[in-house]
Amino acid sequence: MTKKNYSTGKNEFLWQLAILLAITLTLIALKEMRLVSTSFLLILQYIGIYAILTLGINIVNGYLGVFSLAHAGFMAIGAYVSAYLSKYFFTDITMFAVSIMAGAIAALLVGILVAIPSFKTKGDYLAIITLGFSLIVQSLLQNARFVGASKGLNNIPKFTNIYWVFGCLLFAVFITNRFVRSKYGRSMQAIREDETASNLVSVDVRKIKTIAFALSAFLIGISGALIGHLLGYTSPSAYGFVNIVDGLVMVYLGGTGSIVGSIFGSAAWQLIVQLLKQLDTWRWVVGGILLIFVMVFLPKGVFGNMELDDLFRIIKEKINRKEPGRGIRNG
Amino acid sequence: MNVNIIIQQVINFLQLGSIYALCALSFTMVYGVARLVNFAHGSIFGVSMYVLFFASTFLFERIKSPWFVYVIVLIIASVVTSLIALLLESAAYKPLKNAPKIAVVVSSVGAGMAIQYLILNLAGSKALRMPALIPNLRIELAGIPVPLYKIMVIVIAILTMVILNVIIKGTRLGVAMRAVSQDRIAAGFMGIDTGRVVSASFVFGAVIASVAASLYGTAYSIFAYDVGEGIIWWSFIAAVLGGIGSISGAVLGGYIIGAISIIAPILLPVSSYKDIVAFAVLIIVLLVKPTGLMGKKDIEKI
Repeated sequence: MTKKNYSTGKNEFLWQLAILLAITLTLIALKEMRLVSTSFLLILQYIGIYAILTLGINIVNGYLGVFSLAHAGFMAIGAYVSAYLSKYFFTDITMFAVSIMAGAIAALLVGILVAIPSFKTKGDYLAIITLGFSLIVQSLLQNARFVGASKGLNNIPKFTNIYWVFGCLLFAVFITNRFVRSKYGRSMQAIREDETASNLVSVDVRKIKTIAFALSAFLIGISGALIGHLLGYTSPSAYGFVNIVDGLVMVYLGGTGSIVGSIFGSAAWQLIVQLLKQLDTWRWVVGGILLIFVMVFLPKGVFGNMELDDLFRIIKEKINRKEPGRGIRNG
Repeated sequence: MNVNIIIQQVINFLQLGSIYALCALSFTMVYGVARLVNFAHGSIFGVSMYVLFFASTFLFERIKSPWFVYVIVLIIASVVTSLIALLLESAAYKPLKNAPKIAVVVSSVGAGMAIQYLILNLAGSKALRMPALIPNLRIELAGIPVPLYKIMVIVIAILTMVILNVIIKGTRLGVAMRAVSQDRIAAGFMGIDTGRVVSASFVFGAVIASVAASLYGTAYSIFAYDVGEGIIWWSFIAAVLGGIGSISGAVLGGYIIGAISIIAPILLPVSSYKDIVAFAVLIIVLLVKPTGLMGKKDIEKI
């Protein structure tokens, strides 16, 4: 990390921006010229939305190194707040951004609260507290009449389209990239490596954890808002164990502590789920076994603590028959 | 509320608490020795339910003595689940010995998912009714009718806990398990085959889960392919509440969760608020004592 000078950092960022812009432009072409079927467009939207979710999870689980299961709760808050607003108040598509923001900010505020237990508890205990948070949110929603109790909210205007999804993804990648490279981001990675030591070199552990949880919740809230407006309905049952496991799989498949990894993980997992669709319920058996295989052969995920340029460098070194020494930056 | 209802509720509480306590025990056995949050454990519980179901329906048509059938099917279920647990250990956990801890957790999530949906595909999604494994007689307890099977569930659960305690405290294997749980590397230096002890803990976990499954089937009889999911989350929570890795903590946590599940619906307007109460209790306990009620304080060496 320290050996990297700023120009390569900037280059890398520009590269990623260029790649994403290219992808988005292709998507626009695909949609407007009807080059692909609508079902494929739908899959692309799922990939985009889950990539935002995965980025959000990755901030806490990957960069901060805290095993949290709170994402189902944050996603539910984002989805419900934004869906409620655009159903009853902001019924026009021009106000869609406002309801997305409102959902994301609601999730952010709750995220600050969820950060508090992480000051004292660690590891499996924190995992169970955050799991508890997710399930409490689900249980409250199941009993809240004004949002339809266990039936959930229906007839949400379907504002989400591919431009919104990839616009938000671009925004999420931009924020995450800036944050990870900022002073706070580096403090966050210091906490991951050694909390006590970073505390001793005057990293404000509580502040950093709060910021990380808040940003993570913010991004996850955006993804929740988008999925609610994509499907047109939202119900508490969508934010339970399945959602928690889905999120974890995408983060750890793609690799923790990596932006490219988050996008790759969500794309790969969504494609696998879609490809295995004709296997019906057998797809979860195949998916589960696949997950074991990935973990056995790639325990850090595909892009564990790596970005694209690291991959290019490793490949270049391999071609030049050098020892691929500094392949992994932070591990 | 008259005395009759109170006694019924106390028995319900003891029954549910005993089942949760046993599940939490089976969970904590693996955690304590192998240091692994085994998310596939719920699926092992589910497999056990199905083996018990098919074996007992098969045997009840041929053998009339219910207790004999109960013992036989319990042994079959224990053997099958132990084999699956060992297979999982060697296929999904052992190759990850040197990998980051989280990789093993994700791998166990995958294993759990695969097994659960394998059950769904092989046995169907229809809910099944477990045959009465323990004969249902009504006995009078101080003038109040009490179903015998509920008492037997409690007795069998407590008996299992006592036997487990004797094994852990008294036998060579138990001593080895406690040693590995304290310090795996040091235990290895003392000549303990740590790999075998870890495998033994998986077998213990599977056997206790089978006993718990037989009691759950007796108590609630109706189940479907996702039976393991709910029960195992609650027993995980019970284990954490008591202090994960601690045997007495798991039992205590199991009974606390059982008590909340029985008492909260009586006092609260909506019965599903019991989950919120349980989690609120859990979060408060962990905020006050971050290692659970009976958990040992983990001193961090720098």
